[in-house]
Amino acid sequence: MMKAVMGKYYTELTTGPAQGKKTAWCTSVGPAELLRALGYNVYFPENHGAMLGATRMAPDLIPLANARGFSPDICSYLTSDIGSYLKGESPFQKMKLPGPPKADILVFNTNQCRDVKDWFQFYAREWNVPCIGIHTPRSLGELDGPVIEDVARQTEALVPEFERVAGQKLDPEKLRAVMALSRQCTELWKAVLEAAAAVPTPITFFDGTIQMGPAVVLRGSQDAVDYYKVLLAELKQCIANGVAAVDGEKFRIYWDGMPVWGKLRDLATQFQALKAAVVASTYCNSWIFDDLDPADPFKSMARAYCRLFICRSEDRKEKYMEEMVAKYKVNGILYHDAKTCPNNSNNRYQMPQRLEQKLRIPYLVIHGDLNDLRLYSEEQARTNIEAFIEQLAERAAHR
Amino acid sequence: MQYFCGIDIGAATAKLVIIDEHGNTVGKSISRSGVDYAKAADKNLADALAAAKLSRADIVHAFSTGYGRDNVPWSDGRPTEIACHGRGAWHHVRRKMTLIDIGAQDSKFIHLDDQGHRTNFKMNRKCAAGTGSFLEEIALRLALPVEELNGLAERSTKEVTLGSFCTVFSATEILAKIRAGEKVEDIVKGAFRSVVKRVMEMGLPDGALVMTGGVAAHNPYLVTLIGESFKQPVLVPPDPQHIGAFGAALFALDKIKSGETPCS
Ligand code: SF4
Repeated sequence: MMKAVMGKYYTELTTGPAQGKKTAWCTSVGPAELLRALGYNVYFPENHGAMLGATRMAPDLIPLANARGFSPDICSYLTSDIGSYLKGESPFQKMKLPGPPKADILVFNTNQCRDVKDWFQFYAREWNVPCIGIHTPRSLGELDGPVIEDVARQTEALVPEFERVAGQKLDPEKLRAVMALSRQCTELWKAVLEAAAAVPTPITFFDGTIQMGPAVVLRGSQDAVDYYKVLLAELKQCIANGVAAVDGEKFRIYWDGMPVWGKLRDLATQFQALKAAVVASTYCNSWIFDDLDPADPFKSMARAYCRLFICRSEDRKEKYMEEMVAKYKVNGILYHDAKTCPNNSNNRYQMPQRLEQKLRIPYLVIHGDLNDLRLYSEEQARTNIEAFIEQLAERAAHR
Repeated sequence: MQYFCGIDIGAATAKLVIIDEHGNTVGKSISRSGVDYAKAADKNLADALAAAKLSRADIVHAFSTGYGRDNVPWSDGRPTEIACHGRGAWHHVRRKMTLIDIGAQDSKFIHLDDQGHRTNFKMNRKCAAGTGSFLEEIALRLALPVEELNGLAERSTKEVTLGSFCTVFSATEILAKIRAGEKVEDIVKGAFRSVVKRVMEMGLPDGALVMTGGVAAHNPYLVTLIGESFKQPVLVPPDPQHIGAFGAALFALDKIKSGETPCS
């Protein structure tokens, strides 16, 4: 079913331009609802970035962008995607589809990082198309009035340009309908992730990185809602039957930071062998937008897209992780320090040490990257993870 | 008497220890790890058995650890080097400790509580900085045998600073120092100091400070510098380079005692 849902999405995306459909590129936590309500096909380059990582095409493509002045130290989604564009090679071709569709408009939100804007501006220069977006302040503590109002106003101010490129006016009814679907999708996706609170868990982080596809690229559509309804029912059945994602689950791990896309399978296999289930992650939870409210689209979008973990202050992040550890009955936290994404690497401001002290929860930091496997040492990660589970086993034995 | 074997196949050398049922070392060996780990393991086993005047049949259990732990056909347990170093050090120093192990290609920082249980660890293997390879590279640049580094550093009267994280950049810095007429012993001490700094960045000691690994075994002056820098005495257990292999042998012995090992 996943293949069918995602396949349909990619086909529509790539055949859209020929049928006169406009394409908007949107950052993963950008104002997708607004674009969808205006009839755009919405394409998410970060999803393409992840595909480049998972297919291990990235390490060959990143150097092409590096050679043109994009540093190897910046977002490797950006460098692999631009490398893919320069070389004309994409995982889309493996699905017998032409490459990603050209944008009619590029829409960003800086809630996650600055790189998305720099990334989109490259294509804006290439194709001479508009690149506009929302400049969300980062490191937010309390989500107070002025910030939300500002972001809501910024979002609303995008509408005329969106309308101009789309060639149609925004229909408030349509927007409300899309918002309602997005909200439903979010609730279902949240329930899917929460299934992992069960002991043993029927789903792991590694499954989640695949299952999240529709929540990322199809939120606001009926397809995503239908997909998660089925998945959720299956997971509930698994829980009822005591089906475990990891046979003989002994340890429950929280994964913080980005996935190492090119090594998901190896890591999943290693954790499986160690009887350790990665039950929750900051990453998969980033597509939960509890605030979305069809009755108040702009403000609620602003609230939802500001509440994201990634744009919150360290104290908020800490509190969030504390709640996750309790909710998912976590034994240890693994922090992935992704070299090219400081925004998603949460070990860099003493978080592991603070949580270890406060919750007495052991941690491990592994160094790597989302896409650039040149920054990942397989041997180091393998030994570190094994040693970490040894440590948890020893701890459990002496409790 | 029953005997137990531990082998630690590291990036550069393979170390093997045979212990008796009381945990006493009765034979040990060391060789280059080479490219054929199984062969290195066989050779080490034969050497150590000969030294201990034992035969293969005397070994009840053998555990392997280190990079090559999965390549020893006759091993019946494969704890990580983190676990083995901790286990080996704990045998000698029975108190809360921080163990710093500097190997050829990685440094480890391991915290054990007052029961010998690991509470935290960190491994630095991103690059050669702060490891034995760094010192080897420096020796190469200065056209010196590695064995002479310790004596030279000890003789130094002046500190020459090598500022870079990077081994290649440090080598370039060294060329500049040579051009500036700095004495070899001062440059070598500068290289020792660089290793010390990298180690100090890894964490804070908690409890006794223990050092193991080939670098500590062959460079007592570096151990002194670490002690000075952390402002506390450094304990170096016997056979520091073999501590991982010794720990693996102890785990093999534990297996008999309890029928259980970590991650067996
Ligand atoms: S959040 Fe990180 S991975 Fe995502 S686009 Fe920004 S820099 Fe890249």
